[in-house]
Amino acid sequence: MKRILVGVKRVIDFNVRVKVKPDGSGIVTDGVKLSLNPFDEIALEEALRIKERGGADEVVVATIGPADCQQQLRTALAMGADRALHVVHEGTIEPLAGARVLLKLIDKEQPFLVILGKQAIDDDNNQTGQMLAALWQRPQATFASKVELTDSTARVTREVDAGLETLEVDLPAVVTADLRLNEPRYVKLPDIMKAKKKPLESLPFADLGVSAAARVKMVRTEPPAQRQKGIMVKDTQELIAALRKRGALQ
Amino acid sequence: MARREDADILDSIERWVEREVRPIARHHDHADEYPHELVGQMQALGLFGATIGEEYGGLGLSASTYAQIVTTIAAAWMAPVGIFNSHLIMAACVERHGTAAQKAHWLPRFASGELRGGIGLTEPDAGTDLQAIRTVARRDGETYVIDGTKTWITNGIHGECFAVLVKTDPAAVPRHAGMSLFLCEKGPGFTVGRKLKKLGYKAIDSAELVFDGHRVPADRLIGGVEGQGFVQAAQGLALGRINVAARGAGIAQGALREALRYAQQRKTFGKPIAQHQAIQLKLADMATRVEAARLLIRQAAAKYDSGERCDLEAGMAKLFASEAGVENSLEAMRIFGGYSYSTEFDIERFYRDAPLMCIGEGTNEMQRIIIARQLLERNPV
Ligand SMILES: Cc1cc2nc3c(=O)[nH]c(=O)nc-3n(C[C@H](O)[C@H](O)[C@H](O)COP(=O)(O)OP(=O)(O)OC[C@H]3O[C@@H](n4cnc5c(N)ncnc54)[C@H](O)[C@@H]3O)c2cc1C
Repeated sequence: MKRILVGVKRVIDFNVRVKVKPDGSGIVTDGVKLSLNPFDEIALEEALRIKERGGADEVVVATIGPADCQQQLRTALAMGADRALHVVHEGTIEPLAGARVLLKLIDKEQPFLVILGKQAIDDDNNQTGQMLAALWQRPQATFASKVELTDSTARVTREVDAGLETLEVDLPAVVTADLRLNEPRYVKLPDIMKAKKKPLESLPFADLGVSAAARVKMVRTEPPAQRQKGIMVKDTQELIAALRKRGALQ
Repeated sequence: MARREDADILDSIERWVEREVRPIARHHDHADEYPHELVGQMQALGLFGATIGEEYGGLGLSASTYAQIVTTIAAAWMAPVGIFNSHLIMAACVERHGTAAQKAHWLPRFASGELRGGIGLTEPDAGTDLQAIRTVARRDGETYVIDGTKTWITNGIHGECFAVLVKTDPAAVPRHAGMSLFLCEKGPGFTVGRKLKKLGYKAIDSAELVFDGHRVPADRLIGGVEGQGFVQAAQGLALGRINVAARGAGIAQGALREALRYAQQRKTFGKPIAQHQAIQLKLADMATRVEAARLLIRQAAAKYDSGERCDLEAGMAKLFASEAGVENSLEAMRIFGGYSYSTEFDIERFYRDAPLMCIGEGTNEMQRIIIARQLLERNPV
């Protein structure tokens, strides 16, 4: 069975205006809309397209998080994933612990390809995919904007600062999805109903033998400084004068 | 239905609306061009079976969920809602009143969107006073022969099948005792007259249906018994009113959204017009109307879903939400100032689309009469 494993994370919906708690201990999550991390949705979409092209037999989604994360797994099943794995855990999971958990799931599922989002929009760590590849001792291709598979390799176009770079990696491998890889489908309503009946397996975090101990201490959360109001200039002359006045130009 | 699926459904609809509906609205509205591309998408989304039971391949959504879907779409562009809405009212007539054989034959094809249509009640000389219709169906052996003209029929051109209200006994007293509903598919003796030109609700076909010796098998009589048609059609209107209310609420919400944004961007006398108190008063009233409309709809839909009689609640929701659409779109026009008159902004479309909600599924005058009658009936001295 050719299987793709897709890691997904629940995050605060990207449309929500995030507020910092008054005491700086974190951000307000009560009553806030939660959704699949957008990059993970792109990762899942890519896996589904590969399967639809005949490049895989099964797409399995996995998440680590509290009990009600099942909602986001159901959304992923409605998009088209065949099965879901839920590693039940309350509290934060740092990228390294997340990667270790995913490695356990790789042992269990034996995928030929693992696709993750390049980062989750909550902490913007951009580490899990890279750490997972290292732990698994398999190649990685991050920030993918295009993925083409052969029987034994993946050709991945990556968005890097200088432009586009194309890598060829041996499978199995870890690929992380960038924004332009694809545009995820909107879910068909009948599939939302069908998703209720798809298999969703819960795995207690404690059974996996991975430590969730924090290695990073969060000191304080604060909102970004309010931006100063800009001024409008009529033409380049005025612009230059304004820059001179601020000492930005001699 | 559980709330999680509701949230997923609305998320998906929102995404579809932003990606596929909103971007094409202005062009299709101005060109009065049918949005063929949306039909296939609606079919894939499952909208043609939204309220049809799961046993017939539909989604079996509650009126509450369905109303939220309608509001979400109408907040971007009201017109496309008509493509599946009157189709679903036709389907509801069959599902509630049809024989077992009729349900098994028609509902799966309606639910998949393979066979689409609408509902034909109104005639050139009979709208509010439906019992005055003149279309007749005469029994002839194992068939009925239908003659008459329907007008203003939504989906008249692009739909194939309609629930048509006729008189099977034009002499009956009371008049409604002689009325029946038939399912008619286009074919010999059933043709489309002209496509009607409209102020708003453009891109969607409203047309005349002409019946000239149209023969249908007797098993097309919904429920299989003559004389039930008026009651069947009237019961469909309760759901219809919740739908129209939901569209009105969508227009009201869409107009508020446009106005809120514009009021923060447009500056006069050195500040965004949203900082002027006169504009703030408008925004506050508009937002309040949207919320009130939503709550009335929620209440009417909950009552409908529980199977209780809801003509008072549906009437109030329809009346208030449709007027909210008209008021909010007009207030948004004022907030947009001269640009409201520009066809490069969407607000003029909301303004043209809104008044239909005060007319369809029973005019607002009739809603008031229904509400008052129910009030008196429920509160005798
Ligand atoms: C765009 C559009 C789409 C439509 N789609 C459909 C469709 O798919 N299927 C369908 O069957 N019909 C459809 N209609 C028709 C619509 O339902 C009717 O126009 C509506 O019911 C009103 O009927 P009327 O136009 O004949 O107005 P009339 O009945 O002539 O009413 C005229 C005025 O008199 C008032 N009035 C009438 N009777 C009374 C009374 N007893 N007391 C007080 N006031 C009264 C009305 O409120 C209204 O203000 C559509 C109409 C439009 C404009």
